[in-house]
Amino acid sequence: MKSIKDLEEIRKKTLDTINLRKDQSGIRVVVGMATCGIAAGARPVLMSIMDEIKKNELADVVVAQTGCIGMCRLEPIVEVYRPGEEKVTYVKMNPSKAIRVINEHIMKGKIVDKYTIGAEEK
Amino acid sequence: MKMYRSHIMICRGTGCSSSNSEQIAKNFEEHIKAHGLQNEVIVERTGCFGLCALGPIVIIYPEASFYSMVKPEDVEEIVKEHLVKGRVVKRLLYAETVTEDRIKSINEVNFYKKQHRVALRNCGVINPENIDEYIAFDGYKALTKCLTELKPQEVIDIIKQSALRGRGGAGFPTGMKWSFAAAAPGNEKYVCCNADEGDPGAFMDRSVLEGDPHAVLEAMTIAGYAIGGNQGYIYVRAEYPIAVKRLGIAISQARAYGLLGKNILGTDFSFDIEIRLGAGAFVCGEETALIASIEGQRGMPRPRPPFPANKGLFGKPTILNNVETYANVCTIINEGPEWFTSMGTEKSKGTKVFALGGKINHTGLVEVPMGTTMREIIYEIGGGCPNGKAFKAAQTGGPSGGCIPESKLDVPIDYDNLIALGSMMGSGGLIVMDEDNCMVDIARFFLEFTCDESCGKCTPCREGTKRMLEILDKITKGQGEMEDIDKLENLAKNIKNSALCALGQTAPNPILSTLRYFRDEYEAHIRDKKCPAGVCQALLQYTISKEKCKGCGICAKQCPATAISGKPKETYVIDQEKCIKCGVCMQKCPFKAISKG
Repeated sequence: MKSIKDLEEIRKKTLDTINLRKDQSGIRVVVGMATCGIAAGARPVLMSIMDEIKKNELADVVVAQTGCIGMCRLEPIVEVYRPGEEKVTYVKMNPSKAIRVINEHIMKGKIVDKYTIGAEEK
Repeated sequence: MKMYRSHIMICRGTGCSSSNSEQIAKNFEEHIKAHGLQNEVIVERTGCFGLCALGPIVIIYPEASFYSMVKPEDVEEIVKEHLVKGRVVKRLLYAETVTEDRIKSINEVNFYKKQHRVALRNCGVINPENIDEYIAFDGYKALTKCLTELKPQEVIDIIKQSALRGRGGAGFPTGMKWSFAAAAPGNEKYVCCNADEGDPGAFMDRSVLEGDPHAVLEAMTIAGYAIGGNQGYIYVRAEYPIAVKRLGIAISQARAYGLLGKNILGTDFSFDIEIRLGAGAFVCGEETALIASIEGQRGMPRPRPPFPANKGLFGKPTILNNVETYANVCTIINEGPEWFTSMGTEKSKGTKVFALGGKINHTGLVEVPMGTTMREIIYEIGGGCPNGKAFKAAQTGGPSGGCIPESKLDVPIDYDNLIALGSMMGSGGLIVMDEDNCMVDIARFFLEFTCDESCGKCTPCREGTKRMLEILDKITKGQGEMEDIDKLENLAKNIKNSALCALGQTAPNPILSTLRYFRDEYEAHIRDKKCPAGVCQALLQYTISKEKCKGCGICAKQCPATAISGKPKETYVIDQEKCIKCGVCMQKCPFKAISKG
């Protein structure tokens, strides 16, 4: 027997996991997962991003993957789209860098400048 | 619960299931495991997406990529490309979503653009066998609100204010029905659901039950609270095995959560639901026959009054609503009656689900606001008639309804307009006919159906439909006389006025409406002994054109009745006595020299 509180609990928990089936207006984190990306270690990056999102219960963040962006030497590449802001491209990522991006950029809105493509190309 | 970055939604409605969508789901699971993605990607089996013509359909989130006509052997490619490398497999996408420079979202495509999904809100979005997913999208919120914040009378008032009308066809105001049952004396009352969808070509209710069974259970429980009933019955046909199975699963999940049974959500309200299987008799969709069938008696109607709201199941006050009606209830409670009345026409509020079938490109399930025109549904959503054929008429309401000709396509659809056109809303079956359909033959087809399905209790229906069918048979065989038309009209009016139940009262509608709009076709059959559409075999004649025939002799060789004779390089001739009108010669002639008419 469930109480009304239990129902609310189920609703919230399940919604977190299936919300991506509804129209998305939140943040999108896109990981380059072509052969080059995978070879450079994109999969562990993707997994750490997902774990971190789950840990912090970031329900409106969508993790997607994309193909080769054409800068294979800079893989793994992660792009962050925040609504109304310019896309930010992070390059040469690894799991710990990815976690930092989630903690600072996604959660606090602070771009991690030194991992961006701009910093790399200087 | 686990988080997955990607959800693969596979349609397991009846349509896609019959084209092997379970195998597709299994292949996905297998290949996902083979690529080690089982912790990131989840496969969900879901309800109908509506575009049944292009099934099996698979939607992959978060991209919402809409794959159509997927075959089990395509799955490996989708997993390798889309799931592993993030590259959408364009070749398999629904063609209308692919433009040169980008992939359109599904809501931009013609088929979905004009739709508004209320009753079908969860179909294709949730896994219908998982109550948690239903709860996540506001499931059982309306019930909670009713039990904790609203008095039964307030629930009825909300339904009344929403102006919701019965979606089974007749369009009786739902709130009114509930208030009659609530006012009826007695403390034993019943809530029934009519899921005996019998119209040929209709599958709206089946899709709701398959895709969102909890929506019906929740609404029935609310109805029970509103009228003071503690027991519900869903009468569903045994020929809907997937719907029956999912309803069963939904009921046991709801019981396990205490959403059905004693003291729901800790309140002192108790309610439970049982399934009753019907054997597929059309008459059991009639409310008094349905009630008799639940009671274990032969499914036959009885005169009304007394209406079921006063004396229904087991002689107790009973409400009986259709599946789609219930599917609207929870959203009305959650969003408020004003939200519901903001959609639709003056007297018909909300949306209506239609099952598109017949000569139409996008066979499937659509839900549009009331007041949408038939032209929008058939051309913009349905994609028009296939093979460039000209539209002739659309039949609404199945064997109880009538046809709507081209000239009336711009009338906004609602209950009252359709009646004025000589048709009816019916449960929502919409069968499209093109220039190759003979309207007399269509009328004969529907009469054959009602004649078969007549329960035989009252004379007008039992004898009358039979006599009308005989006359139609005569006309399609070229033996009709002009006075037959008057006889048909006379019989039709008398049956309409004197039959016991809606089956008989509406059975003449296909004849009356085809006579109204296509009288010339009847006359052509009778006076000229011709079937203009070339359907009625007895009136057909195949002839070989002298100008076009090259005397190759292929037709004579192919004719199974050896009815064609002639010499090479001369014009061949068909012996009309021997001809069995199979049409093989016309198909095989390389010079298109053979015509029928």
